[in-house]
Amino acid sequence: MPGWLRNAGAPASRVPNDSSRCMPAAATTPAGGTHSGLAGSRYVDAIGHAAPAMTFDTAAPPHVVAPNRVGRVMRTVLYALVPAVLVHVACFGVGLLLQILLGAVTALSCEALALKLRGKPLAPFLGDGSAILTAVLLALCLPPLAPWWLIVTGTAFAVLLAKHAYGGLGRNLFNPAMAGYAILLVSFPVQLMQWPSPQLASHGIDRAMEQELFQLSLPETLGTIVTGTLPQRLSWDAITSPTPLTALQENLKRGMTMDESHALANADQSGVNAWRWINLAVLAGGVWLLAARIIRWHIPVAMLGAIAVCASIMSAFDPGAYAGPMFHLTSGASLLGAFFIATDPVSAATSNRGRLIYAAGIGVLTYAIRTWGGHPDGVAFAVLLMNLSVPLIDRFTIPRIHGHAR
Amino acid sequence: MSAASARTARDTSLAAPRSAGGRMHGGLRLDAHKQRSTRRSLRPASLSDTYVLPLDQHVGPPATSRVRPGEYVLMGQVIGETAGAWLHSPVSGIVKAIELRPAAQHLGAPTLSIVIANDGRDQRSEDETGRSFEQYSPRELCEHIARGGIVGLGGGAFPTASKLLGTPVHTRGVMNHETPADVDGVTRLLLNAVECEPYISCDDMLLREHARDVLLGARILMHAIGAEQCTIVLEDDTPQAQQALCSALAETADGRIRIMSVPSRYPAGSERQLIDAIFGVEVPFDGLPTDVGVICQNVGTAAAIARWLRDGEPLIRRIVTVTGDGIMEPANLEVRLGTPIAALIEDCGGYTPRMSRLIMGGSMMGIALPHDALPVIKASQCIIAASTLDLQPRSTEMPCIRCGDCAQVCPARLLPQQLHWHAHAGDLDALERHGLMDCIECGCCDYVCPSQIPLVESFRDSKPALARAQMQSRDAAAARTRFEARNTRLARLEAEHRARLAAKRRRPGEPRPE
Repeated sequence: MPGWLRNAGAPASRVPNDSSRCMPAAATTPAGGTHSGLAGSRYVDAIGHAAPAMTFDTAAPPHVVAPNRVGRVMRTVLYALVPAVLVHVACFGVGLLLQILLGAVTALSCEALALKLRGKPLAPFLGDGSAILTAVLLALCLPPLAPWWLIVTGTAFAVLLAKHAYGGLGRNLFNPAMAGYAILLVSFPVQLMQWPSPQLASHGIDRAMEQELFQLSLPETLGTIVTGTLPQRLSWDAITSPTPLTALQENLKRGMTMDESHALANADQSGVNAWRWINLAVLAGGVWLLAARIIRWHIPVAMLGAIAVCASIMSAFDPGAYAGPMFHLTSGASLLGAFFIATDPVSAATSNRGRLIYAAGIGVLTYAIRTWGGHPDGVAFAVLLMNLSVPLIDRFTIPRIHGHAR
Repeated sequence: MSAASARTARDTSLAAPRSAGGRMHGGLRLDAHKQRSTRRSLRPASLSDTYVLPLDQHVGPPATSRVRPGEYVLMGQVIGETAGAWLHSPVSGIVKAIELRPAAQHLGAPTLSIVIANDGRDQRSEDETGRSFEQYSPRELCEHIARGGIVGLGGGAFPTASKLLGTPVHTRGVMNHETPADVDGVTRLLLNAVECEPYISCDDMLLREHARDVLLGARILMHAIGAEQCTIVLEDDTPQAQQALCSALAETADGRIRIMSVPSRYPAGSERQLIDAIFGVEVPFDGLPTDVGVICQNVGTAAAIARWLRDGEPLIRRIVTVTGDGIMEPANLEVRLGTPIAALIEDCGGYTPRMSRLIMGGSMMGIALPHDALPVIKASQCIIAASTLDLQPRSTEMPCIRCGDCAQVCPARLLPQQLHWHAHAGDLDALERHGLMDCIECGCCDYVCPSQIPLVESFRDSKPALARAQMQSRDAAAARTRFEARNTRLARLEAEHRARLAAKRRRPGEPRPE
């Protein structure tokens, strides 16, 4: 750092590397010194300015960027999931929190391992929150009392294979959480069906006492998750109950009509209500994401719209055999999928038009899998199938560029 | 990248696509930072001892020097000549040297410049006076404007005469192929006072103080291109300029001129975006505004033309906004071209201790200068002495998460995330398909990117490779056509030759083949 620069009252600024080309070192004469006799002095002299030139750092424009970060985007999505998690905990107990904890630890360790193996810096990628988001989304899809190895396997698969094998953040073809869920669903279907009955406070003293009995304390929940066995006083049959979608599928299989199935479900109000509350919380979080401009309307609207349209058409066709749009929109992972999973930008289509097609495809496939497929819910497979078609969609939905004919 | 597909794209595009809404796609609402420099009124900058005038301070081939070292030049005397815009001495004095000098437009790299020592007497040359602009024919007027050294003062420095005549800038020599009347359909003049970029306020100040010059310039320009109508566009957050312009217009009482305002949104002042917003017409990607019947000029250019035609003063000074948190007294100055930036800074009270980056242009597209011993050129609208408060530098670059925010703000409706991907992979075909060449480098995508990727920089780096590839494929197509034409011609000649031989060999009495 030449002395004149400090004397000139300038902040610490670095002489750019290429400055020697245009400003010979000799041109920067000492403060107050004369420039005669120096090789570069002619330059300073000729510019007609007594003080030598001040040098500054350069950078490519734009010189101002919004203080936006990948980490902020991911964290906002995590915050938007808080209401859903809270309602979930209120309905099903603290199991979910333990699952999230397990998942997050697994996700971060796998992320660190993968980054280490790939020779990437740890700090920026561990801090971006994307691995934790994957874990939280996966945990939300698993039964809260599922054994520990379920979430660990799922998250590890999601982070190591679905994400890092494809090149890490921003390069994964498939939504990691859904890839992890799909692998669990095909490998361990029994464990994924063990949803406990919701603990939502409901009418009647008998029920309340019953709940007292069935409610698991934190240590008991932890024990169940770690050992995979329930406390002695309980059995899986006693505490689990099918989710509305599973119940419907089974009832229809047993030859019930839609009305009978609904009547049966309504008899057990708390079950249906719990899922409605959770979905409402998901919706609230999703709307907040829309308001915060983290996601845009195209994907949720197209996906939910497609589900609603399919359900409306089919239930109009045969109301006895097909559930209506409201049932489909408020059960299963429709809302979670529409606001939090399909909107994962990495694995979604690029342009607005492409996203409409992509999300509508997810909606239609979700409905088809639910209605005619072997699994009670189809969001995961629908998302993965549409992830596969994203390159094709992107190719055909390049927007018309300004100044180009259609 | 087949030449055939490029060809069809070219042909269909000339049908000037119409935009549905007439509203700019995307864009950003940015903090304007303009009050700082508009608080003080416009004043002339104090004179410097030496002026440095790069010979290539406009788009197109550099000017040829018309003076020799040691020669005495008058203020306003021609010192450089080229097809589009001549160069004049901003002061009277002695030509000290014609040599390589660092230039702002080359980021401080040296370029051939004329150095003039000011004698402080401002002796004017005595020519070019007396004729009012109506006495010129449109074509003469355009050539006269070229002699006045007028270039686009909005930062582009495109020779105004070339734009008016619709000739490509790289045409050497006098503009001779087309007369203005040949540019058919040009009937609308658009005067652009939309300084959408933050910090820049020179057009605002110009309108506040010299609205009459702008209106005279508008009338001259309308005469030069035979326009029936002129639209002056301002931003809606410049009430004083608007008021000044309206009262000047009331004085002039020229019914052909109208004033419009657009919401201040970056980059609304970009030529193509503005034409779309005002006229609802998109300029074809491979065409010029004249293709849709519009000629767009900066208001500063119009005022310069007015001074040239009315006072005989060529383009030797311009208004420069000197602003930023790194300067003591931000202001708009009337600066002679060639003044060292360091002198301007001193004129405005010098740097504050917080000063950290020197930018020529706005904060979105302006270039960072390595030092301040560079002369003001025709394209210098604004000098930002930026402190850390003005700058919001990028943090660590992360991988693209394809969030698509960039596509939402892109005024050219590109998909920057896809361009980034393909630029990274060097896939020129895909880059062409995604319209890399249509990127106007406004930096909106950079601004919103959550991954802090320097997108525009990578696009700028990829453009030359794509341009080369496009040119090669065009050349190859031309060569193929030539080769095929030659083969056809040779085959035809061969056939004719054989036919002649056959006719010769035909024995007498044998029936003709036909």
